[in-house]
Amino acid sequence: MSSGSERKDFAATKMMKTIMGNYFGELANGPQQGRKTAWCTSVGPAELLQSLGYNVYFPENHGAMLGATRMATDLIPLANAHGFSPDICSYLTSDIGSYLKGATPLQKMGLAGIPKADVLVFNTNQCRDVKDWFQWYARQWNVPCIGIHTPRAIGDVDAPLVDYVAKQIEDLIGPLEAVAGTKFDIDRLREIIACSRECTLLWKRVLQSAANVPSPLTFFDGTIQMGPAVVLRGRPDAVQYYQALVAELEQRAAEGQGAVPGERFRVYWEGMPVWGKLRDLATQFIELKTCVVASTYCNSWIFEALDPSDPFRGMARAYSSIFICRSDDEKERYIAEMADKFHINGIIYHDSKTCPNNSNSRYELPQRLRERLGIPYLVINGDLNDLRLFSEEQTRTNIEAFAEQLTEV
Amino acid sequence: MSYYCGVDIGASALKLVIIDPERRIVARALRRSGIDYALSADRALDEALGESGLQREQISASMATGYGRNNVPWVRGTVTEIACHGKGAFHYLRREMTVIDIGAQDNKIIHIDDQGRRLDFRMNRKCAAGTGAFLEEIALRLDLPVASLNGLAEQSTAEVSLGSFCTVFTATEILEKIRTGQRVEDIVKGAFRAVIKRTMEMGAIRGALVMTGGVVAHNPLLARLAEDVFHTPAILPPDPQFIGAFGAALTAAEQMESSKHADS
Ligand code: SF4
Repeated sequence: MSSGSERKDFAATKMMKTIMGNYFGELANGPQQGRKTAWCTSVGPAELLQSLGYNVYFPENHGAMLGATRMATDLIPLANAHGFSPDICSYLTSDIGSYLKGATPLQKMGLAGIPKADVLVFNTNQCRDVKDWFQWYARQWNVPCIGIHTPRAIGDVDAPLVDYVAKQIEDLIGPLEAVAGTKFDIDRLREIIACSRECTLLWKRVLQSAANVPSPLTFFDGTIQMGPAVVLRGRPDAVQYYQALVAELEQRAAEGQGAVPGERFRVYWEGMPVWGKLRDLATQFIELKTCVVASTYCNSWIFEALDPSDPFRGMARAYSSIFICRSDDEKERYIAEMADKFHINGIIYHDSKTCPNNSNSRYELPQRLRERLGIPYLVINGDLNDLRLFSEEQTRTNIEAFAEQLTEV
Repeated sequence: MSYYCGVDIGASALKLVIIDPERRIVARALRRSGIDYALSADRALDEALGESGLQREQISASMATGYGRNNVPWVRGTVTEIACHGKGAFHYLRREMTVIDIGAQDNKIIHIDDQGRRLDFRMNRKCAAGTGAFLEEIALRLDLPVASLNGLAEQSTAEVSLGSFCTVFTATEILEKIRTGQRVEDIVKGAFRAVIKRTMEMGAIRGALVMTGGVVAHNPLLARLAEDVFHTPAILPPDPQFIGAFGAALTAAEQMESSKHADS
């Protein structure tokens, strides 16, 4: 492959490796240091857990690693054989497969295996699978599994809903104090929320740099760069990281440096990444001079409603406002706004077989948005982690045909 | 005089056409794609040249399409089969249409506006249901040559209904029909109907219904069943199996002509 179709790296990425390395080191050493480990869903109450002194571990991040390293496809069948259907979340099945086999990319990060939880804390704002997933480990290790039941298909994130969710977050304090053996300190929580909010606003700036034409950032870069926004939010190192990255991106934008040389078209990616094919897809889009500039996925970790002066309600509002738990009307409005903001020529929907929760092509949304925006769309069938559900040739041809179509418009 | 060549390397068959500057097909070749696509394409080209009495040098430009499109060294470029089926069908009809291509291993549905622009398209999912591969599997189960299916289905008097999505499940359903003594003609017609049902699920028909691909070319009953289901005439363009290759040749011609314009 010519160097012309390689992704351009960012200088800041080196720093990411360091801070992520430190984070995994903390997880590895937690038990010796007497620190407890809490598992948390990616849009769960991470700030609360940090404020109580927990090391916070995000199994979805592990799921994505299993996908990106393509270990998932061999591990999923182990979970299938154990009783988890091949039709359910392939983060769950790859993660449980990984546990059953005792094989994980975390071993390269200095951990013996996945870090054992002292408590597992879910939020069903994204799906039910996370709760089922966490409960399985809770039974394995005989530890508590607690969480927040956020309604789905939310229209307005109104006061009664926020109160309902905020109360559930507050109710976690007692059981979490009991496991941690520490006392809840609201000022500490406020500090962490302030830091998390700073991280979120920087992450938003990272993503917004892609509104420049040409865009200095692709969705594929975003899926890598988002790591700290997911797992290190609430920590100063994440803030420092995104400050450096924002500076780099804004400089590239000012110099007119595009991530895709000769950018002809700008595409929106709806749905989950195909983790095991990120590199191939990134290369194909570079060859087609088409930049995937924005996505629902990377934008799902922008939590502007976090509010240190109203910690519980702010968290409740932030975590109930994410795309995945909203009504289709809200989703349609959101994508239309993104298409406008990022000067989008077309939308690609990834219909991810094992994640109906984050596949939005199944209720006629693409057709409605085509009418509304007058831009074409493409649906590709695949999966986040299970490459048995992905057809390389068909996907390549579909994407190539879509780029041809954009030329005709 | 400038001639153009299009080669469509599909999952099972390779189709090649040569067109003249008036966009008329002057030669065609059909063979199995085989395992060496470049070699098969070479042989097909020689065959078409032989048929037309043309020399290689008289071909101004060639384009490749289909699964094997990246494996032909002598083409000017590649284009997807989705673009080619749309372009080829539009050449003959020049109106808003829906092209349904039933291939050996995948189906496509392509919406084209009255200017020949693609509005949207869809390929079937990873499953073989509703494709040529499905009919091959059914022929195998019934121990019949594939070529006999259309004739048999034409003789059906009481079509059998097959309901599954999946090729393997349908094969099991067929075993059940055999056991209960259904006539083979009626079973085959049921299988044909299943192909059309799977196609129908892929999208609605807008404008004229045009069907392309080798499966319809060899099994014209499928077009009549499609008319039944979609309540609109099914139009088969000339040489339906060669529409992809024809679209590729048209693309080669357009590209050459527009680059000449740009030069002059
Ligand atoms: S949202 Fe989808 S991918 Fe994420 S945990 Fe739930 S089912 Fe799995």
